[in-house]
Amino acid sequence: MYRYDDFDHRFVDERVAQYRDQVRRRLSGELSEDEFRPLRLMNGLYLQLHAYMLRLAIPYGVLSSTKLRKLAHIARRFDRGYGHFTTRQNLQFHWIKLEETPDILAELASVEMHAIQTSGNSFRNVTTDPFAGVAADEIEDPRPYAEIIRQWATLHPEFSFLPRKFKIAVSAAEDDRAAVKMHDLGLYLRRNDKGEIGFELLVGGGLGRTPLLAQTIKPFIARRDLFAYLEAVLRVYNRHGRRDNLYKSRIKILVQSLGAAKFAAEVEAEWQAAKGEAVALPDSYITEIASAFALPSYDRSPVDEAALEQAIATNPAFARWMKHNVAAHKVPGHAIVTISLKPVGQTPGDCSADQMDLVADLADALGFGEIRVAYEQNLVLPHVRRDALFALWQKLDAAGLGSSNIGLASDIICCPGMDYCSLATARSIPIAQRLARHLSAREDAIGRFNIKISGCINACGHHHLGHIGILGVDKNGEEVYQITLGGDAGNNAAIGTIIGPAVKSEAVTDAIDKLIGVYAAMRQGGETFPQTFRRIGAAPFKEALYAAH
Amino acid sequence: MLLTESGSLQPDAWRHLADEEPLHDSDPVTVSLTRWQKERAALQAWNGRLGLRLPNHAEPATIADDIDRFALIVLNFPKFTDGRAYSQARLLRSRYRYAGELRASGNVLRDQLLFMRRCGFNSFIVDERAVREDWSKAFDEFDVFYQKAQDTAPWVMRQRLGKDC
Repeated sequence: MYRYDDFDHRFVDERVAQYRDQVRRRLSGELSEDEFRPLRLMNGLYLQLHAYMLRLAIPYGVLSSTKLRKLAHIARRFDRGYGHFTTRQNLQFHWIKLEETPDILAELASVEMHAIQTSGNSFRNVTTDPFAGVAADEIEDPRPYAEIIRQWATLHPEFSFLPRKFKIAVSAAEDDRAAVKMHDLGLYLRRNDKGEIGFELLVGGGLGRTPLLAQTIKPFIARRDLFAYLEAVLRVYNRHGRRDNLYKSRIKILVQSLGAAKFAAEVEAEWQAAKGEAVALPDSYITEIASAFALPSYDRSPVDEAALEQAIATNPAFARWMKHNVAAHKVPGHAIVTISLKPVGQTPGDCSADQMDLVADLADALGFGEIRVAYEQNLVLPHVRRDALFALWQKLDAAGLGSSNIGLASDIICCPGMDYCSLATARSIPIAQRLARHLSAREDAIGRFNIKISGCINACGHHHLGHIGILGVDKNGEEVYQITLGGDAGNNAAIGTIIGPAVKSEAVTDAIDKLIGVYAAMRQGGETFPQTFRRIGAAPFKEALYAAH
Repeated sequence: MLLTESGSLQPDAWRHLADEEPLHDSDPVTVSLTRWQKERAALQAWNGRLGLRLPNHAEPATIADDIDRFALIVLNFPKFTDGRAYSQARLLRSRYRYAGELRASGNVLRDQLLFMRRCGFNSFIVDERAVREDWSKAFDEFDVFYQKAQDTAPWVMRQRLGKDC
């Protein structure tokens, strides 16, 4: 795991001091709220419906047990004993006092964390595959590159006041588990025919009110040109992105209006012109950063697979967990475990301080003290020996963290919605809770199924990418829910199609039931919902949902 | 009032001419890009210190051939959240090798000063709050950075690799 050296420590300490002074100036009236807003936003502090919300950065979703325990401590000391993991692999606290935020940042700095750029019109948290480094299907660990980009993007003097926020994701595996195509800028790590490592560069993805998927503008960038090419993209965007209309200011709108080919040509021209100005990324620096991400020294003694089989055979609940929450690890005898933060009836992504402490303890005991956050709002223990799985599951289950629903209907992505968020137009959490309760009993029969819920058009709940997406909107003072079908994240990313008029809150469960009914009746072989939807079209779903019977 | 990168405050010695105002012989003056383009030959020949006000939408490339004529280039921040001038500044410094005074005007606030200086600005039009609140301190809030810019400050990769890169 990346560890701060003197340089990083000094940097975050200076940042805390700077922010402490900004809060002092705000509290003394020296700064107006208008002037303070962008400053607090650069540190992830939002003013929400009931209190301040602090979103802190978990770079590319990697946590240590020490960091997680500190988050538990902050949850107890400064919040109401819990936190909420987000779709950017971050954590947010929803009940924060402004005057305490400098102390919270100082607590974070003590464990090599911060809240820099978790908001504002600049680079947001760089995200990647939660299985990075241990996935059986990856070319190379993407975390060193994510870390190098994180450093480059931190308080970048030229790009801290972009037209709008800017999100970057990196994936290095065959299976894109980082939803790269929904990002402003995406990088797929590639190996060219000479065996050199580089990146396929995509730009212009994003959700919100104009959902678009990122398009490839450069099939291969040598890794030494990474900074230069990123700077070329950002410079074109910073200079030419729209600033007159908040809703048209993301890079996706610029790419869409110019066309991907023209945008690519502008970036290429800027990159050519900047040769000799931009810094090359030397192999020696990549090697140095990569050394921080060396894999732990695994116990490679044989695992008693028979005992594990026995536990699976005699315990159906454990067998379900093994099936849904445990993934293949590249080192024999080991597994990647996903801890579901979607227990039925709870708020998706919420985690109590006690649960954080427990996960930290389990990570120390069984997983080299490492924890990942997945954008699906779950936690991951990336290095667990297979003979520890049964004991791990028992402990998780006893703490309410044993849900076996990864990738299933009750593993719902959901934004905080109108229960917390000042942007929301409808509640999303109660919808997720009702749906999970209703569907969990038969989710094994339904199979892989992604429901994603947003409480407003900003789409923090990724509803466009849900097999079924649900968007809460306000219609004359009533919360109603628009349903989209056929969306998908990852390699087969697709934007869902709106099926028809929005349904009332109390009708959502019934509506989803009917849609799943059509899928169950019509699917062929192992088809996913989006595959069935694309094959049979919207008509059967519309018929089931809207026809008067 | 003018804040310099060394933190001193002084009156602005430059006159900023409207397009129809006549040139003065002795004063250092700035002109708009429009005027520069319209009266380029006369302004080239004029025997005084000349500055240029470059609007946000202008490509620095348009003045690349004349860059040495200017002793001052003024860039504008219509709102402090509008960051186009940061890119213009870097282009002027790194691509077109502009070596004169580069000035930030408009909505220039304390908490952007360091970003501006890192992009190559070395003077800043500020209001009286800069005196009252001692904005010069803003330049010293950080002394380590994560990327190379137009300044010579230590940055992470150079520090760690121990060489110029």
